[in-house]
Amino acid sequence: MTTAIAISGVDKIFPTPNGTVVALKDIQLEIESGQFVCLLGPSGCGKSTLLNAVAGFSLPDRGLITVNGKPVTQPGPDRGMVFQEYALFPWMTVAQNVGFGLEIKGTPAANIRTQVSALLKLLKLSEFGERYPRELSGGMRQRVAIARILALDSPILLMDEPFGALDALTRRSLQDELLRIWSELGKTVLFVTHSIEESIFLADRIVVMTYRPGTIKRDIRVDLPRPRDSAAPEFNQLKRELSELVLSEQALHEAAERLALTTD
Amino acid sequence: MMGWFQRFKGVLLILVVLSLWEAIVMLGWVNAKILPPPHAVAIKWWEYLTPQQPYDPESGNRMDWLLSGELIQDAMGSLYRVLAGFVIGTVLAIPLGLMMGASPPAYQLCNPLLQILRPIPPIAYIPLAILWFGLGNPPAIFLIVIGAFFPVLMNTIAGVRAVDGIFLRAARNLGASQATIFMRVILPASTPYILTGMRIGIGTAFIVVIVAEMIAVNNGLGFRILEAREYFWSDKIIAGMLSIGLIGLAIDQAMSLLNNHLLRWHRGLEH
Ligand SMILES: Nc1ncnc2c1ncn2[C@@H]1O[C@H](COP(=O)(O)OP(=O)(O)OP(=O)(O)O)[C@@H](O)[C@H]1O
Ligand SMILES: [Mg+2]
Repeated sequence: MTTAIAISGVDKIFPTPNGTVVALKDIQLEIESGQFVCLLGPSGCGKSTLLNAVAGFSLPDRGLITVNGKPVTQPGPDRGMVFQEYALFPWMTVAQNVGFGLEIKGTPAANIRTQVSALLKLLKLSEFGERYPRELSGGMRQRVAIARILALDSPILLMDEPFGALDALTRRSLQDELLRIWSELGKTVLFVTHSIEESIFLADRIVVMTYRPGTIKRDIRVDLPRPRDSAAPEFNQLKRELSELVLSEQALHEAAERLALTTD
Repeated sequence: MMGWFQRFKGVLLILVVLSLWEAIVMLGWVNAKILPPPHAVAIKWWEYLTPQQPYDPESGNRMDWLLSGELIQDAMGSLYRVLAGFVIGTVLAIPLGLMMGASPPAYQLCNPLLQILRPIPPIAYIPLAILWFGLGNPPAIFLIVIGAFFPVLMNTIAGVRAVDGIFLRAARNLGASQATIFMRVILPASTPYILTGMRIGIGTAFIVVIVAEMIAVNNGLGFRILEAREYFWSDKIIAGMLSIGLIGLAIDQAMSLLNNHLLRWHRGLEH
């Protein structure tokens, strides 16, 4: 197995008016290629910060991140990012959004058309190619965002709470869809969530983070057979275990929020 | 019955106002020299609109003759100045605004100068415009450029600065170069603001053209209504004013159509 993402000794510190926030402290993480890894933790523990560092949007203050052996210095299409807010370009149609990455690469128009229509089909969006994002529901927008990233054919998918804003049913069907794509295309996925259930449902490996400073609290391998059954006793056993880990960090987060409110 | 009334109540109000206006003049409550009745305005308007010479096949084609009415000539003169000034002002303002919006150093460099120049009303440039350019189209177009430039510039800057950072991150993630980000993300994302600026800019241009024609040009709608005052032709003044109003409305409608076309994707249209 080759290492897709290697994170070693990463710190990230944000200066704020009331002192510095240590968002990440000495993060050590190696992700094998083809693995589905979830980052789990309460709000503010540094999940997005870590993902943005891997994506190359905001580089760490210390330590090294390499992707397929190469140090990360800037964003690139080898690491496709799916945002919680979809981040579709509202002035482009669905098909233009999906084809934009290919257009940037200089792919000939005819090839773009065939690839886009194949991707729209893969994500069950075929009838919506000429629509604008505002005409679509949240779930469909996120499908478009996934199709846009798949068009890049990046070996690595970075997903920051991509299903966080969706209703439970849509969320479930997109999770299934993502797993199908992941197993068909063999991508490496780094997926941020604060839903324990979602992480057990999706991941090969769950990385639980601590709150301030953001460190890795536990790194748990999930060996349950797929497709996973949320009614299975092993599923619930793991859920209890993770709840305990996450809830103690959640308590720290809430205490910090209260403190911030009283000192403001 | 109710539906009919709802549909046409706006037209009805116009008819009521016209009738009252006609009545107060007919009853002698106001001097018809000061406020001519609507029918007199309408007659004058027709004279002003239609060709002054009878059609003579020898001297040119029918279209030229149809367009030879004084009103049409004035309107074309005014529109030419508005469009020329507006296009120049917009073409100067959009690139500068994009640059100032996208680059903080450019913004810091240009903003103080801009803040000093911006509050000067375009009308205040009239004396300078005449000194520099004499009379006729050049000073008028110069003033219109000034009038259109600032609204477009300020809105373009605001539009670029309001571009959501997530679009930039998404584009960089897709591998877009700076130039691609500029043309395909920043420019379309700020289009709603730019178009708002253009709409304000062309409105200002239209005000400025009327004033400029009153002072520095010897044709055009603004010139004509001031000229009519010298002869005490209040019916022609009012006919000219109404023409100005209708042309202003047409310009605004055209801008609004352009807006709807370019912003098909924008959520403001939906509700
Ligand atoms: N640009 C910034 N400037 C200052 N502080 C920041 C900045 N970005 C993040 N932080 C702080 O760093 C910490 C980690 O933030 P981050 O967004 O990574 O958390 P998260 O785990 O993604 O939370 P959430 O689940 O709410 O998205 C937070 O305490 C946050 O306040
Ligand atoms: Mg986050």
